[in-house]
Amino acid sequence: MTSPLARHRPLPRRTRRLLANGLMWAGTTLCAAAALVPLGFLLYYVAAQGLPAINLAFFTHLPAPVGEPGGGMANAIVGTLILIGLASLLGLPVGILGGIYLAEFGGNRLGGAIRFSADVLSGVPSIVIGIFVYALVVVPMHRFSALAGGVALGIMMIPTVMRTSEELIRLVPTSLREAALALGATHPRTVFKVVLLAARAGVITGVLLAIARIAGETAPLLFTAFGSGLWSTQLDQPIASLPVQVFTYAISPYQDWQAQAWAGALVLVTIVLILSAAARYATRGRMRTVI
Amino acid sequence: MSAPAPASASPPDGRRASLQRRSAFGANLADRAFRWGTLAFGASVIALIGFLAAQLVRASHPALKQFGWSFITSAAWDPVHGAFGVLFAIYGTVVTSLLALAFAVPVGLGAALFLAELSPRWLRQPVSFLIELLAAVPSIVYGLWGIFVLVPAIRPVEAWLQARFGFIPLFQGAPYGIGMLAAALVLSVMVLPYITAMSREVLQAVPAAQREAAYALGATRWETIRGPVLRSARSGIVGAVILALGRAVGETMAVTMVIGNRAEIPTSLFSPAYTLASLIANEFAEATGELHISALVGAALVLLVLTIAINAIARLLIWRVTGGVRVAA
Amino acid sequence: MPSDSLSPRSHQTAPADKFVVRGLSFYYGRFQALRGINLAIRERQITALIGPSGCGKTTFLRALNRMNDVIDGARTEGAVLLDSEDIYQPHVDVVALRRRVGMVFQRPNPFPMSVFDNIAFGPRIHGLARGDELDALVERSLRRAALWEEVKDKLRDSALSLSGGQQQRLCIARLLAVDPDVVLMDEPCSALDPISTLRIEELMDELRESYTIVIVTHNMQQAARVSRETGFFLGGELIEFGPSERIFTHPRDRRTEAYITGRFG
Repeated sequence: MTSPLARHRPLPRRTRRLLANGLMWAGTTLCAAAALVPLGFLLYYVAAQGLPAINLAFFTHLPAPVGEPGGGMANAIVGTLILIGLASLLGLPVGILGGIYLAEFGGNRLGGAIRFSADVLSGVPSIVIGIFVYALVVVPMHRFSALAGGVALGIMMIPTVMRTSEELIRLVPTSLREAALALGATHPRTVFKVVLLAARAGVITGVLLAIARIAGETAPLLFTAFGSGLWSTQLDQPIASLPVQVFTYAISPYQDWQAQAWAGALVLVTIVLILSAAARYATRGRMRTVI
Repeated sequence: MSAPAPASASPPDGRRASLQRRSAFGANLADRAFRWGTLAFGASVIALIGFLAAQLVRASHPALKQFGWSFITSAAWDPVHGAFGVLFAIYGTVVTSLLALAFAVPVGLGAALFLAELSPRWLRQPVSFLIELLAAVPSIVYGLWGIFVLVPAIRPVEAWLQARFGFIPLFQGAPYGIGMLAAALVLSVMVLPYITAMSREVLQAVPAAQREAAYALGATRWETIRGPVLRSARSGIVGAVILALGRAVGETMAVTMVIGNRAEIPTSLFSPAYTLASLIANEFAEATGELHISALVGAALVLLVLTIAINAIARLLIWRVTGGVRVAA
Repeated sequence: MPSDSLSPRSHQTAPADKFVVRGLSFYYGRFQALRGINLAIRERQITALIGPSGCGKTTFLRALNRMNDVIDGARTEGAVLLDSEDIYQPHVDVVALRRRVGMVFQRPNPFPMSVFDNIAFGPRIHGLARGDELDALVERSLRRAALWEEVKDKLRDSALSLSGGQQQRLCIARLLAVDPDVVLMDEPCSALDPISTLRIEELMDELRESYTIVIVTHNMQQAARVSRETGFFLGGELIEFGPSERIFTHPRDRRTEAYITGRFG
C-alpha cells in the first residue's frame, strides 16, 4: 500500500496534523513572549518612576521628617551594606566550610541529611526566618538590632552558598588533588591551597548570587533590624535598610515618599540584577543549579 | 628491601625517621581537625532547622494550647477580644497560590516548550536568561509595581467583569483593585520563571532516542512532544509546578501590599483578604499582648509546615526524573 | 516499474529497485560525511551495509528516511529515488515518507507507555484505525514481530518492563503497525544478547518477503548470514557493492578484502 508522497495533495487528516503543529509553534512562541512582557513592564516602570527621583541628595541625605519634602536614603543604603556584611560573617563560613564537607566527605548519610536540611531551609519562607530570629535574638536582647537582621539574612544565605560551593569544589578535577597529595600535602592543605583556589571564581560568584538574593529581602528584616529614620551604625540598635525603607515609604500616603520609594526600588533592582546577571553569566553551563 | 628499620636504628640521615613519625601524627591531626571542623559547620544546618521548628513551637504554644484545633478551623480573628483562628489566612494563602498557578502554569509551560523544543539555538540562552531574571527581582519591587501599576490597571478590568458577569458570586463586591485577584496576578508573575526554568530542564533531559523513535514513525513535532516527550517529562513538570506552589505560598511582601489585609474569608475575587505570610507581616510589629504574638507565631508554624510538606512532595518527583539535578527553591 | 506479479514468470524477473541513490553527498557543517554515493537497493530483500566506525553507513541509512533533517547544520546533495520519486524534492511530505520507510535503532527505544500504546502510537497519529480495528492492528503487528505470544497478557503493562530483546521486537512491531514498505535497521542487535539476536535475525528473514530491509551492521557474520546484497563503506564512500556471497568470498576491491579479513576496523 503506497500513499502519495506529495504534499500538494493533502488528505484532510494531514492538514489537520500540520495545523496542530503550526498552532503549537505559534502558541508556545506567544507564551515565551508573554513571559517576557511582565519583565519589560516592571523594568520600565521602575526606571520611569525611579529615575526622576534619583539625585545626589538621595544618596547622601537622611530621611526628612514626616511630611517634609526632600531627604534621601543614605542611612538605608549604608544599613543594607552593614547588614550584608554581618550576614556574610555567618553565612559564608557555614556555607563554604559546610560545602567543603559535603564535597570532600559528604557521600554518607550525614551528608545526605545536611543536604536535605539545606534544601528544607531554602524553602522556608523568609518571614518565618524573621520570626525565628525574633524569638532567638530580639527577645533576649529586648530590642531590635542590626545584629538580629544580620543573623536572619545570614541564615538565608547558607543554603545557596553551601550548594554552589559543593558543586564547584566537586568540579575541580581529581588530577589536581592527586598532584597535590602526591607532593606530600595534607588533605586540608590540598583543599584550602589548591582546590579552593581552582574553584574560587565559582565560589565567589555563588557568594555574589547569595548576596544579590538577600540584598532585596524585606520580610526577615521587619522584626529583626526593624528600620530607622536616623543614622545608625551600632550593631545592637535598629538599623535602616533599603528594602524596608522602600516598603515604609511605599505604603505611606505622601507623594514625595512614594517617589523616593521608586528611586529606592530602582537602586535595589539595579544592584540585584547586575549581581545576579554577572553571577549567572559567569557560571553558565558549568553548574546545573536552576535559579 | 627488608622490613622498615625501627626508629632506634636510624639511618645516617637522622631526619628521615623523625620526619616519618612526626608528620604522620601531625597530618593525622590536621586531617581529623579538618574533617570534624567542616562537619561541624555543615551539621549546624541540621541543628538550625531543628532549632527553628522548636522555637516556633515554643513561642506559639500559648495560643495553640488555648485554641487547640480551632486555631486552624476557626476564622475568628479578633485581637481585641482575644479570639484567634487562622482559617481565613489559610484560605487566602491556598486560593491565591492556586489561582496564581492557574495563570502561570500554561504560560510558563508553553514558554518552557518553546525554549526546550522549538526555539532556534541562538535565541535559547538570551530568552531563558531574561525569564530567569524575573526571579531575581526582589519581592518588594513586585509589591511596589503591584500597588502603583497593576492595581490601577485592573480596576477597570474588574469593573468590566462585574458589569458582564456580576451574577456570578466570584465577581461581586467592590472592584477597588486591591484584593485576591491582584495578589494572584502578582504571584503568578513571580512564580512564572521557576516553572519555566525547571520545566525546561526536565524537557531537555528527555533522551533524544525517544524523539527519534517518534520522528521515524512519521510523527510531527507536536505529536512527538504530546506523546513520548511530555509523557517522560510529566512527573518532573508536576514537581516543578508543586515547587512553584511552595514559593507562592511563602511569598510575603508583594502580597501584603496588594491583598487588602482583611481578616475575613474572601467571598469573591475582588475581596480583600489575608495570607498567612501577609498576616504576620502586617500585624506582628504592632501585636498587642502575649496571646496575639503567640497566635502570629502559630500562623508562622502553620506556614512552615505547609511549605515543608509542599517542597518535600515536589523534590521527590523532580529527583526521580532528572536523576539528581539539584534545584534551588 | 515493478513487474506484474501475476505474470507466470514474475518470480524469475529481477526484483525492481526500491531505492535508487544518485550522487548522494552529506555534510555536517563543513565535514563531508558522504561522498557521491551511487547505488540501488532492491525491493523485498535484505541489503546489508558494512564498514568501520565513522565510515558513513549510518548516515547513509538515515538519509533514506530523511532522519538527517533533524540535525542542525546538515546539508544533503544528490537524489534518493524511492519508487522513482526523489524524496529530497521540496514538495515531499517528510511525515508521509517516514511512515513508508521505518527505522529500528541501535538501542531499543520504547516510549514510556504501555505495550499497547506504543504499538498504537503510529496508527493513532496517522489515523489508520480506531477502536476494534486498532486492537486488531496492534495484534497483527505484534504477531508479525513474533512478540504476540509473549505480551498478549501484558498489553497494558509498561513497555519498559520487557527485556532488551523483547523491547527491540516491540520497536519493530511499532513500525510495522504503520504499514511501511521499507524497514531500515541501524545495528539492531548490537545491544542484545546472542539468543535475542538470533530471534531478530529469524524475524528479518520472515519480514523479507513483504518488506524491503536495509541493515547496517558491525557484525560481518550477520551480514553474510542474512543479506542478499552488501555494500562496503569507507571514509564516506561506497567502495564496493554486490551480492553478499561474492563480497565475502572474493571481493573485488583490495580495501574490502582488508576489512573482511579483519585487518582493520
